[in-house]
Amino acid sequence: MAEKVSQLGDNILLTKLDAAANWARKNSLWPMPFATACCGIELMASAASRHDLSRFGSEVMRFSPRQCDLMIVAGRVVMKMLPVMQRIWLQMPEPKWCISMGACACSGGVFDTYAVVQGVDRFIPVDIYIPGCPPRPEQLIRAVMDLQVKIQSGGTLLASEFASRDQPEGPARFDAPELYRIRVRDELKLSDQDYNPKH
Amino acid sequence: MPLELLAPATEDESRRDGLWTLNFGPQHPATHTTLRLVLQLDGELVLDAEPDIGFLHSGFEKLAEELDFNQYVTIVDRMNYISPLANEIAWHHAVEKLVGIELTPRCRYLRTILAELMRISDHLLCTGACMLDVGGVTGFMYFFNERERIYEICEKASGQRFHTSYTRVGGMLYDVTDDWLKMVSEFIERFAAAHKDVSRLVLKNRIFVERAAGVGVLDRESAINGGATGPVARASGVARDLRRDEPYLAYDDLDFDVICSQSGDCFARFQVRMLEMLESVKIVQQCLQKLPTGPIFAAGTGKESMPDKRVVYQSIEGLIHHFESVMPNRQMAVPRESIYAATEAPNGELGFYLVSDGSFKSYRARTRPPSLLHFALFQQMIRGCMLSDVVAVLGSLNIIAAELDR
Amino acid sequence: MKTDKETNWTEKYETILGEVPFTTSSFRDQQRLIVAPRELLRVLELLKANAGMDMLIDITAVDYLEMEGSTDRFEVVYCLLNTESGERLVVLTHLNEPDLKLPSVNALWRAADWLEREVYDMFGIVFEGHPNFKRLLLPQEFSSFPLRKDYPMRGRGERHNFPVITRANS
Repeated sequence: MAEKVSQLGDNILLTKLDAAANWARKNSLWPMPFATACCGIELMASAASRHDLSRFGSEVMRFSPRQCDLMIVAGRVVMKMLPVMQRIWLQMPEPKWCISMGACACSGGVFDTYAVVQGVDRFIPVDIYIPGCPPRPEQLIRAVMDLQVKIQSGGTLLASEFASRDQPEGPARFDAPELYRIRVRDELKLSDQDYNPKH
Repeated sequence: MPLELLAPATEDESRRDGLWTLNFGPQHPATHTTLRLVLQLDGELVLDAEPDIGFLHSGFEKLAEELDFNQYVTIVDRMNYISPLANEIAWHHAVEKLVGIELTPRCRYLRTILAELMRISDHLLCTGACMLDVGGVTGFMYFFNERERIYEICEKASGQRFHTSYTRVGGMLYDVTDDWLKMVSEFIERFAAAHKDVSRLVLKNRIFVERAAGVGVLDRESAINGGATGPVARASGVARDLRRDEPYLAYDDLDFDVICSQSGDCFARFQVRMLEMLESVKIVQQCLQKLPTGPIFAAGTGKESMPDKRVVYQSIEGLIHHFESVMPNRQMAVPRESIYAATEAPNGELGFYLVSDGSFKSYRARTRPPSLLHFALFQQMIRGCMLSDVVAVLGSLNIIAAELDR
Repeated sequence: MKTDKETNWTEKYETILGEVPFTTSSFRDQQRLIVAPRELLRVLELLKANAGMDMLIDITAVDYLEMEGSTDRFEVVYCLLNTESGERLVVLTHLNEPDLKLPSVNALWRAADWLEREVYDMFGIVFEGHPNFKRLLLPQEFSSFPLRKDYPMRGRGERHNFPVITRANS
């Protein structure tokens, strides 16, 4: 028996199951391009001839959320689109990650208006933020690489690391000034925590 | 190919059982961005399509009431984001018409060059994506390479490759350098080869032609009645181009043709766009030859135009001038009037209806987006086509959601 | 005192519109007719039939609530174009609350379909006789009209009125 093992020599590699899974996952991230606006064009540019995202294993854009493990929210998300985004996020199989691409997706950007959600991280969990309006394709590639590091360092085979993240991670749904405006309008007490404004 | 419309379901009860409804979008690869269609299908045949829009409505027009004429240029950039500078030029064209500023010759020529580069860039993406949607990836990759070159040109001029925010009321942010002009002429020389490559790939390619020819026909009468402009109208035989009919910038001095077609189908729209790119190349070449020297900001000592940056940094007068042109309480007075002004953007007539209350920001700035009226015609164009034609028609119309919804 | 050019174009529209009362104004190359809401449909019909205004470029509205010295609250703007001669014309009409109703011009120009719906969406002006009259851009359950001047730019909290999904429950 011992002789047979020694015959195998360099052909055996010992590793942890988690690490093997992470290695496989990080090098084949299939993005779901949730491209709504300008950043979507830069997302196309990153996948197109010059920047070529496929060098990093994530060129397989799949438009069905069932086949993807990375959602790239590229562009502003408005109140009519947000339920659609949440539904797509819920349809993606585990393990999954989310990149919020561009200033609008991260924080609303220049669109501080009645219709635009001020950052998608208020409503879905986000792993990597990319600043820029729109970010250059290089920045998106960098974000994919950062996500690969994140997956390699913290991932588990059964994706159990996500179970502990049971609290909303972004800013509160209504930030203080907005809440104040709403409550002043509706003549409500500021101590009322469960207030839910209506259209 | 479109088939004869079947009899409505009410006349033939047995047909009704086979009808089904398909939800197309808002997150679908062929919509490029965010559109939703509710299709009524009889098998593969599209009986009706109801577009549902507003998935990217971000309140541009409300923002226009908060920002001044120079600040709002950063927002119009994000309207038709595949040709940002064309929006800037349209916006400042309207503002300058309201305020009554005469541009310097150099500025007019520079803006013309930029507008035409943007037209090329817009048509490259539109035709490339149209090919991509019907299954041809190669043309898209070829064209995206050219777009990258245009991005580099924009970056060299303004510092941003995408949303340049390059124009100002009465001028441009910076003058361009000789290097930049060289870059443009190099691009123009090399562009013809790439264009020829793709033309040879698709224009006589039977697979592509049969997907596009005869599909989504828009006749001349409905094009006029439905408010279609730009390449969509020209492909239906409406020989109207604001560059020729209401010349602005330097178009008066330039020699170019208005490309038209009669058939009004997807292939005609595709061809019109392909040929317009070559006309734009002609225009840019002429502009490069004729480009005058001189200042880029309109003369006059008024506060309407920003001073040159070198003057701002090197003299107290320039600094005061700059200060006065940006401080809300020191800015120039604008006539208390309203005006509609339009330019020929790559997608069609991009107009702004401005109402001023006398201050340096608009009281109301309505955008007249070409995409909105084109997409309203979609329902009529798709009836009687097959399901797979939906993407071909969408691709040929070039609907940009941010411009559609604002 | 009217210039010659101005007299020419107003006279032209006087003959076309016959006895319908209207006033005119102009600014730079812009020619405007101002008509009463009840005459609007007739005026537009006559303009389409007799002045060759075959393309409806745009319909929009302006809320004059915060404009000093304005008498009417809303102004509805119709931009028309004659594609043969390239002539443009702007037709204005004024509305006040609570009577925010106008006839739909959908039968004259198909382009009016979405443009009218958008004006309703943003200003709450109702176009009677429109075949499919509902909001265009905003969600159907939205209850305000955002481009009115008394609506705040950052809204009334509608933009954040959604459930939050955490990582563990997704």
